[in-house]
Amino acid sequence: MITFLAFIGTRSYGQKTNRDSTHVDTAGIRMLRGVTISTIGYKEVIPSQKLTGENLKSLNSFSVADAIRYFAGVQVKDYGGIGGLKTVDMRSMGTNHMGVFYDGIQLGNAQNGQIDLGKFSMDNIESIAVYNGQKSDIFQPAKDYGSSGSIYLRSRKPAFDSTKTTNFKGVFKTGSFDLINPSVLWEQKISENVHYSLSTEYIKSSGRYPFRYKRVYHNSGATAWDTTAIRQNGDIEAWRLESGLYGNINRGAWNVKGYFYDSERGIPGAIVNNVWKRSQRQWDRNFFIQGGLQKNIVKGYDVQVNAKYANDYMRYLNPDTTLMYLDNNFHQQEWYASIANKYSVSKKIDINLSTDFQYNTLNSNLDGFVFPKRFTSLVALATAAELGPVKMQGSLLGTFVNEQITRGNTSTTDTSVAAPAKNEVTPAFFISYKPFAKEDFNLRAFYKNIFRMPTFNDLYYTDIGNISLQPEYTHQYNLGFAYRKSRAGSVLSEFQLQSDFYYNQVTNKIVAVPKGSGMYRWMMMNIGDVEIRGVDVVADLAFTFPREILLNIRTAYTYQTARDYTTRKNPELQKITYGGQIPYIPWHSGSVISTVQYKSWRLNYSFIYVGERYQNSANIPENYEQPWYTNDLSASKNFAFKRYRFRIAAELNNVLGQDYEVVVNYPMPKRNYKIILSVEL
Amino acid sequence: MSRQYLFLLLVLIFMASACRKDVEVFINEDTSLDSATVNGFAGFYLLNEGNMGSNKSTLDYFDYTTGKYQRNIYAAINPNVPKELGDVGNDMAIYGSRLYAVINASNKVEVMDARTAKRIGQIEIPNCRYIKFDNGYAYITSYAGPIQINPNYTQKGYVAKIDTATLAEVDRCIVGFQPDGLEITNGKIYVANSGGYMGAGSTDKYERSVSVIDLASFKEEKRIDVAYNLHHIKVDKRGDLWVTSRGDYKQLPSRLYFIDKSQEKVTDTLPIAVSNYYLDGDSLYVYSTEWSYITYSNVITYAIVNTRTREVVSKAFITDGTEKEIEIPYGIMVNPVTKDIYVTDAGNYVSPGMLYCFSKEGKKKWSVRTGDIPAHMVLLPKS
Repeated sequence: MITFLAFIGTRSYGQKTNRDSTHVDTAGIRMLRGVTISTIGYKEVIPSQKLTGENLKSLNSFSVADAIRYFAGVQVKDYGGIGGLKTVDMRSMGTNHMGVFYDGIQLGNAQNGQIDLGKFSMDNIESIAVYNGQKSDIFQPAKDYGSSGSIYLRSRKPAFDSTKTTNFKGVFKTGSFDLINPSVLWEQKISENVHYSLSTEYIKSSGRYPFRYKRVYHNSGATAWDTTAIRQNGDIEAWRLESGLYGNINRGAWNVKGYFYDSERGIPGAIVNNVWKRSQRQWDRNFFIQGGLQKNIVKGYDVQVNAKYANDYMRYLNPDTTLMYLDNNFHQQEWYASIANKYSVSKKIDINLSTDFQYNTLNSNLDGFVFPKRFTSLVALATAAELGPVKMQGSLLGTFVNEQITRGNTSTTDTSVAAPAKNEVTPAFFISYKPFAKEDFNLRAFYKNIFRMPTFNDLYYTDIGNISLQPEYTHQYNLGFAYRKSRAGSVLSEFQLQSDFYYNQVTNKIVAVPKGSGMYRWMMMNIGDVEIRGVDVVADLAFTFPREILLNIRTAYTYQTARDYTTRKNPELQKITYGGQIPYIPWHSGSVISTVQYKSWRLNYSFIYVGERYQNSANIPENYEQPWYTNDLSASKNFAFKRYRFRIAAELNNVLGQDYEVVVNYPMPKRNYKIILSVEL
Repeated sequence: MSRQYLFLLLVLIFMASACRKDVEVFINEDTSLDSATVNGFAGFYLLNEGNMGSNKSTLDYFDYTTGKYQRNIYAAINPNVPKELGDVGNDMAIYGSRLYAVINASNKVEVMDARTAKRIGQIEIPNCRYIKFDNGYAYITSYAGPIQINPNYTQKGYVAKIDTATLAEVDRCIVGFQPDGLEITNGKIYVANSGGYMGAGSTDKYERSVSVIDLASFKEEKRIDVAYNLHHIKVDKRGDLWVTSRGDYKQLPSRLYFIDKSQEKVTDTLPIAVSNYYLDGDSLYVYSTEWSYITYSNVITYAIVNTRTREVVSKAFITDGTEKEIEIPYGIMVNPVTKDIYVTDAGNYVSPGMLYCFSKEGKKKWSVRTGDIPAHMVLLPKS
């Protein structure tokens, strides 16, 4: 029972959030004959992948998590359906090592360190970029240096044609799972230098879909059992409201953004023998306001200031009378401020010093829970140098964490103490080399050492938390190349290939270990060790055919071994798990996105493949998960009527109707569809 | 050019398709461990709990007549049961010619033929915990009794009375909060109430009593005060009861209590912690795993208690050093004829465990990989 508690403890609480600073993204977006494709410009010293514009729009994705599946080296854990939890793991280092940034500021979750990307609708997202290590731009807050891998989500920013002062966009989506999903965007040019944006969205879905489990006999292949049922309690009702002001000032820019998300959902749960329906519910209410200002003060000196306040409420209810009744709420708050100073020593050398302060609190009605407060200060010193064909970046991040607790819901006899202060200094170094002046070919390498803090749940969750936890470290070594060629006039008009080889170590990994015996009691401990070796390959091809037919193909492939080198007390048990591939990491995975564009028509085909993997480091038949792959199709047509521009799109997902599971006992939807209508003026 | 790529794409899809086959029913794996022995038993079953939500409760069988260990036999013997044995096996017993496995998170008791492990049917009991039998009836504890909101949500537990001939529930007796182990002796059912769902915030919300139910009327007639958070209860040869408490996992340690049958109250407390035990004759084989907040590790102890003298007569029944390797001892059984001792190691709860067989001198005879969380063993008598 208590395991279950722990599970929900880590699966759900609050969400934080973010905003858009005025970063000038160094990742160039190349316009390829009207089609934006992801590019890794030479300015990037650091491996990155990006999906943006039309390409992103025509992907059959409901949430950010769906879109992120197309990146190399990224694994999404998906518990199924529209409302189900979706977390992301980059290069097998674990979901807590990912930093997710929304419009420039990190989304936090001090409680469990996980960001449920299923909660972020694609409706207002304009680009998604994934960085290994950190973003190349050194002119950024200290927190941006603080993750093993980062995802940058950028929402739509107002832009106006010369004569227009108002943009309006309305979108209506409907389809399988009884989906109703309208959204509205309104943008207003208040003055030449100030723009306003308001975006709101409503989602309602029953989350019901048929799923099927089947087993066959070993020799004959005859059906042993075959069961089809309807996935239940996966419903969701959510409302999102986002509003922002964007301004330009003399040699600078600023913005302020507010975000509000309110939802109620069912937690569909595991399908096990004799239990085909669950009744757990979850409510989330996330609010944040954030702002940023960037200004060139004097020649060669730039300042960037960011600030944020976030307030997240989560309630979990287990009304199931066959389980322990739970009605817990969790309330998190975050205050954050950052100042970054960039000084150009010369044309070739920049130095940046960033200082961030962050304060997190968590309150709950959970029995025996202390109320932790965490004060974090971060200082990052970074430099970037460009010496002819060689580019380098080095950074040093100091993280200083202090915690306090109040008695909370503990009984008077309990002795409760806060975790000791933690001070960490961690480096990162990146280098790239362009050997040929005329060819767009770059070699790149990096090393980064970083850590993740134990979360409030790891440290303080009633009965499970362990205040003596140390941070969990990662060491990343990466070597790769990128090559791009434009061949104007030929059918294959542009292609790009990038590949990276990497070796990562996760040490001091925080793992739940059994505590005592009997009632599934656990304790968080720093006992895990994982070594990851992998290669990512991404290829982008753009074809131009006669009669304005454009074809883009993007393929990504990842091979990874992620082996569990955790030593165990029992040598016989160690033999079973030592060196095993860690849970849910496939050796092979890949994706294909292909888009054909003909005038106002667009046809998109995408394919995702996740190879065989195991549910546990014990790589035995009982823990085997077979490969899954989905084929998705979409078609869209743009047309104009008077001043109105319309877009109509139809999506068909999992075309072959494959029955698959990403996580054992969490069946995924079979074939499903969606229709999207949008109007702009 | 593009045709080549499209072709490549098709090949890729085809290759990917080729990787996926229908999922097969598990076939059991047999391991030869020992020579054939004759000891009055045909073999024993081992029920693996499986971590909650994993649906990995599995059944293993050790065959004395061949010395073979058969792992994961349920699906192989019952290939037509959707989703196999279920989620979290919590107790197992043989009564008459049938094997009963209490599958907690699948809310059922699986009823099988004891000889073949072939499924006969199931008894639906939500949040079922432990099982005992008497005179053609099965008595099963359940956490999922009536709900009261007053003003806080509480849910008492009950003991279900099941007619083993029809597998139908015939009666229900409400007991304390979260009842666990039960024992039947002397015309009474004794139920160890835990209050396990109640005590996380404050220790005094745990239950601390044994419910006494009169078998004939099937009514709770009294409570015996013992200690917070009770777990197992077992009767010895003389009809006295041995009850374990889990403690509050904080200041209060786990303990072993003795209830005198005539006084129906606790007359002795043994200063040892008990996670689980097995009674053979007058020897109560005990082990305990307790978390130490000083060393931040599990403290594991083993002991033998003489139930006649009520003394700890041994602090170690494993004598060859193997005990230092066992991560989480979880199940225990003693063969009454050979006195071989069987101990399981549940490891990290999410991957396979081990079953160890020790001679009566405490020397390891063999060990074998089991399912996840190997826990409950039951001897199968010779036919």
